[in-house]
Amino acid sequence: MPTLPPGFRLQRETNTEEFFINMGPQHPSTHGALRLALRMDGETIVELVPHFGYIHRGMEKQAESMSYLQYIALSDRQDYLTAIQNNLGVVIALEKGMNVGVPEKGEYIRVMLQELGRIASHLVFFGCFGGDLGGQTCLLFGFKEREMIHDILEEVTGSRLTTNFFRPGGSRYDVPETFIPRVKAFLDHLEDSMRDYERFLSKNIIVLERSIGIGVLSKEDAIAYGCSGPVLRASGVNFDVRRVNPYSIYDQFDFDIPVFHNGDCYDRYKIRIAEIHESMKILRQCIDKFPKEGPWRSKEKPVRLPEGRYYSEIETAKGLYATYVVAATTGEKPYRIHTRGPSFPHIAALNKMAQGHKISDLVTIMATLDPVIPEIDR
Amino acid sequence: MQENITLIQYFKRYLKRCITGPWSLMCGLSVSLKYFFDPRRIVTEQYPENRKTLKMHERFRGRLEMIEDQDGNNLCTACGMCERACPNASINVLATKNIAGKKVLGRYIYHFASCTQCGLCVEACPFGAIRMNQEFEVATTDPNSLEMILNKKEGQG
Amino acid sequence: MERKVCAHIQCRLGPMRLGWHGTIQTVADVIKMLFKEVYAPSGADKLMFYLAPLIVLIAPFIVCALIPFGRNLVVADVSMGIPLIIAVNGFGVLGILLGGWSSNNKYSLLGALRSGAQMISYEISFTMILLFVVMISGSTNLMSITLGQEGTILDWWIFKIPVLGIVAFILFFISSTAEMNRAPFDIAEAEQELTGGYHTEYNGTPFAMFYLAEYIALVTNSALATTCFLGGFLPPCIGVAFVDNYLNMVPGVVWFFAKVYFMIWCYMMVRWTFVRPRVDQLMDFEWKFLLPVNLVLLATGAAYIVIWG
Repeated sequence: MPTLPPGFRLQRETNTEEFFINMGPQHPSTHGALRLALRMDGETIVELVPHFGYIHRGMEKQAESMSYLQYIALSDRQDYLTAIQNNLGVVIALEKGMNVGVPEKGEYIRVMLQELGRIASHLVFFGCFGGDLGGQTCLLFGFKEREMIHDILEEVTGSRLTTNFFRPGGSRYDVPETFIPRVKAFLDHLEDSMRDYERFLSKNIIVLERSIGIGVLSKEDAIAYGCSGPVLRASGVNFDVRRVNPYSIYDQFDFDIPVFHNGDCYDRYKIRIAEIHESMKILRQCIDKFPKEGPWRSKEKPVRLPEGRYYSEIETAKGLYATYVVAATTGEKPYRIHTRGPSFPHIAALNKMAQGHKISDLVTIMATLDPVIPEIDR
Repeated sequence: MQENITLIQYFKRYLKRCITGPWSLMCGLSVSLKYFFDPRRIVTEQYPENRKTLKMHERFRGRLEMIEDQDGNNLCTACGMCERACPNASINVLATKNIAGKKVLGRYIYHFASCTQCGLCVEACPFGAIRMNQEFEVATTDPNSLEMILNKKEGQG
Repeated sequence: MERKVCAHIQCRLGPMRLGWHGTIQTVADVIKMLFKEVYAPSGADKLMFYLAPLIVLIAPFIVCALIPFGRNLVVADVSMGIPLIIAVNGFGVLGILLGGWSSNNKYSLLGALRSGAQMISYEISFTMILLFVVMISGSTNLMSITLGQEGTILDWWIFKIPVLGIVAFILFFISSTAEMNRAPFDIAEAEQELTGGYHTEYNGTPFAMFYLAEYIALVTNSALATTCFLGGFLPPCIGVAFVDNYLNMVPGVVWFFAKVYFMIWCYMMVRWTFVRPRVDQLMDFEWKFLLPVNLVLLATGAAYIVIWG
């Protein structure tokens, strides 16, 4: 008899016997080392408790003994699918402290890499969603295009995943000559592929059956749990930091924030596909307006923050990513850095969404929440 | 979630699904057929065979190395900026004094095993004495070979 | 073969190392499997645990013996071929249930239960379609079913009866996919949900046996489809004497295996394209769609034979 997690009690009133399953930490569809303790009645989930901490690395504590620059490198390792966006989140907080601006070309580089990162993350979602439903081919389709983005990122930043690219006042390097043509070619390719992929999955009746009406998260619950990003917008809340509280130069672009109202798995899938198209729209505008000349970073200064508290929030592919820096003394090292990651509230809402559904639906819900466990555990 | 619908409505929905369902499946099948018969879409590489043509980008962050001129001298002044910039203490700079009593580089110890290739050391170096090379096949069976002394030629260290 | 097909759909090359374009990769895999250590999880029922893969493997092999590969190439030409196939196919589910239950693992148990429910349901429609074939051919012997399709390509059962033949073929395709536990009906394995279902706890040789059973079942089901609908070992004559002479020169076994490979390819295309339905949706599909359509098919077929036969 295994010991039960706290909060669980066997109930024997019903005729069928309830039993427990530990889903994870090593399970193909928990997207990393997440453990879900499930109370099951046959195949139906009665209750679910997520257990975290299998890859806890104490990043926020580590940050206290690191310089600000070193923390940028560490932020790559939080949400590894949106590493380049996490970089920006930290950097914007530091810029507020250092009071430096970014030249126009630097801002364009930032926005373009942000949107490339967003597309990459959503493509992984597309792959995992298909893969978790049982269509292994989707997995490869999603990752194929993502590899191309990573090739571009590698050329620009020097690394595929752990980019460590943005710096207060700009970025580490200027983009190479080949960057704009490559992005352009990639966008044309992606448009083609996305048409195929949507044909492959979006209208497929099995996908519709599996995802419509599954894991419904109401508008009130989504707000109460603190969800953000595509999950929140699929529940009908029009909230996107890029529009509500624009950072960088997002207010200069013309793009829509897709909002869906059912809050089920299919809406969460549709919204991410729509966001890929919106990101492509932003990228095309960037390519048109991209300044050829001009500085790409402001004058280099040592990264020293004056005493104070600095806060930044950005919209990563997963949702709201906020950084809160407390500098107790003027210097190179923070007193404390707190990160608010988007995946944690989503997992918290999992119990609400999964109750009464089958175990296969739990996999679908997990896939559409698109959590990244290292970002939760940190 | 019990819906109250009439029998006719139910059958209408049922028949509609019987027609749209197979059609949607055929759409999916047509995509996979298209991909199956189009060899140009294959994107994977035959890795060890194409080693010769495989080149990393210029900015790729591989192993750390010292920039040397023709005589094998490097620009390092043992200031220790890289050591301070490193987030995980992969670099130890041991300085000695030369005959003139000036501080010079003795041994530049690089722990490759703990290096995360973040590139902060290269950025911190005020003299441009170090860089990251394009080497990506860095796996080894000997953990001792990951402790490197960068300012000595191979075989000397 | 499977891996090459899926790789090409997924824009990959698949195995390329062993043999020409990786053709003997499978052999290498089997050898690797055989050399692995075999152990059972603690708390498993050892006898049942090792018996299960054997049972699963036996069923498709018996079916294999009944299929006529050529005019004189059949291991057991029994007069009650089709009923025997149905009986033996039902045997396989027992092995899966045993395997899932004896592993002492909740995931395996869930997988086995799902598989049991699924296979028993789909057996009904599987049987009904074979019954349809028996009805139009007037025999349960596989040899005479094949020989009944002699003539041109239009004399095959799939085309001989307008529309009904094609419908029956598609239904056979669906229910045999489910019968074999292949994707998109592989809810018994459901890697993403149940980490492998009934064979989660197996490794080494027993696992290889489960795997082998799956592929033998794939071949036998394709062979059955070929025999029942695609004219077995008969060449696809088109009625033009000149072409037919050449087609007749090719031995029947070659035609048979060409058709079988075509069928296998179809199964694979489906497998790597579609996603997996949920377990209750699968049951819905069988009882609310497949079975009524089958009954209608059977009734229309009977009417057709009475009126025109």
